[in-house]
Amino acid sequence: MSISTEAAKKEVMRRIRRSRSPKKVIKTFFHYVFLTAVTAIFFAPIAYMLIGSFKPTAEVLDGINGFVPKNLSFNNYLQVFATFNDESMGFLWRFYANSILVSFVIVFGGLIVNSMIAYALARLRWRGRDAIQVMVILLVILPFEAIAIPLFFLLRDYRNTYFVQFLPFIASAFSIYLFYTFFIGLPLEIQESARLDGASPWRIFRAIIIPMSKPVFASVTILSFLGAWSSFLFPLMMVDNPLYVPLPLEIQVYFSQPPTDWGPIFAFGVILVLPVLAVFLLFQRWFIQSVAASAIKG
Amino acid sequence: MAKTKKSKFGQDNLAGLLMSLPGLILLTLFVIVPFVTAIYLSFFNVDFNMVEGPQFWGLEQYRRILVDPITSPVFYKALMNNLTFALIVVPAQTGLAVLLAVMLNTKLKGIAFFRTFFFMPVVFPMSLVAIIWALMFSRDSLGMLNGLLNLFSFGYIQPIDWLGDPNIALLSIALLSVWAGVGFQMVIVLAGLQEIPVELYEAASLDRANRWQRFWNVTIPGLRNTLIFVVIITTIFSLRLFDQVFILTKGGPIDATQTVMFQAVTSAFVEGNVGRASAITVIFVLIIIAITLLQRLVLRQNREVK
Repeated sequence: MSISTEAAKKEVMRRIRRSRSPKKVIKTFFHYVFLTAVTAIFFAPIAYMLIGSFKPTAEVLDGINGFVPKNLSFNNYLQVFATFNDESMGFLWRFYANSILVSFVIVFGGLIVNSMIAYALARLRWRGRDAIQVMVILLVILPFEAIAIPLFFLLRDYRNTYFVQFLPFIASAFSIYLFYTFFIGLPLEIQESARLDGASPWRIFRAIIIPMSKPVFASVTILSFLGAWSSFLFPLMMVDNPLYVPLPLEIQVYFSQPPTDWGPIFAFGVILVLPVLAVFLLFQRWFIQSVAASAIKG
Repeated sequence: MAKTKKSKFGQDNLAGLLMSLPGLILLTLFVIVPFVTAIYLSFFNVDFNMVEGPQFWGLEQYRRILVDPITSPVFYKALMNNLTFALIVVPAQTGLAVLLAVMLNTKLKGIAFFRTFFFMPVVFPMSLVAIIWALMFSRDSLGMLNGLLNLFSFGYIQPIDWLGDPNIALLSIALLSVWAGVGFQMVIVLAGLQEIPVELYEAASLDRANRWQRFWNVTIPGLRNTLIFVVIITTIFSLRLFDQVFILTKGGPIDATQTVMFQAVTSAFVEGNVGRASAITVIFVLIIIAITLLQRLVLRQNREVK
């Protein structure tokens, strides 16, 4: 088939797709109806939490009436603020501060540590590099659960501290791998000419590599933040002093203390997730690109 | 050229080492040392409750976990639960992710708005997801899911004990896990869809392939590598299952939701039996390595077919 007939056929297809026949309009309409229905079902648990957080506990657990916004008030939120306001229960702001502090150190420390080693592995020539490359690749497949128990055993004398919550998570073989694959794909020419001009590896990294690598820095920031912010297993083993407990653990503690007071628990859930949700909605494009970039294909 | 390369090798010895050092130290201290410790401890009887120090036990921990007729069934029960969970979640989550991605992969106005909702649970910590679903799963007629079933079956379906019925509990955990994880995979599949050349679809249309045929003959083959990746990470995720079980069922009812990780954690954390927990950890890693090797094998075969 010649190129021109192929192009002609493409043009025809394009026109067919663009035409707005009544049939097409109806089809689009049903597509939207279908999308809305599926989305509504999917969103139902979140809507339930949101509505329930404003309802009296007795009316939250009431079959499908749980969705009916009736007798709404801020009482549950006020109760959460009142409950978490002393040394024995902990302070709401402090759970937040704990989660933010720990996540911040993991993300920020991780960006520096992991990008540096990835650059050294991707672009520098030094003895021992090949062995460390192999080591990092082997460590990528090791999930945190594989070392949680011995880590708990080794660090049990340092329970209820901050550093025990962030130090083990700063270096990440997965982050190194993401940086590595990105750096390997960067064009060599600028780096080589900078090198011929006598720039040191440190300078090349700071002045050339980092500015060219914003997408991968954004991806690693978001992915490691999601992991750090949701962390549950390790805090569960290492922290029980309410002054050091992070948010995701605290909501479980709150949930497991009888009587289960659903209204305030949902209010706590909303308080927990709202800021992250806001950041997510603002930077949604980045979140989606990061997740898409996390896929290592073969 | 080859010669200059060879002479260049080693020119960054100092910078390379210094730049790698922080990462290397942290990885060694917090990944390699703990893992080696786990292997070491798995040969001992180490118990927080013991007065005397650790005793060398050889392979006794492994014998108790894998062979002993009294103590091994609970481990196999946990392993079977993980595999059953994987058998439910992997096809359900992957299938749903593909369906959602195909549904959202159109140029309709406002499609990003819909996509947001499916991706949203990704920013919810699993503990929060589990707690929301604890209420959805409430067992009497006041539970949300039971209320919905009652409504749509016109009162025909009786209230289900979602988390208390040993035949259903694992399925319920799977349901909430799929809900929480599908958005993540949908995004990966969406990225995979966008890599399929439009020309293939146009060619298929010219050959008068209908929507269904295009899906099976263009979309699915085009997504193959993406799907292999998604299946592998979901399988490993299924083996790691812990948070939801800990929060909702504590392994019950009658071990119906026991998992490998749940046993490892309760052995160490509740019973203080670090030796057993370490041995379970080692077995866990061996299983993960086996799955990864299997993936490599499948991928290599695929390449050879190509």
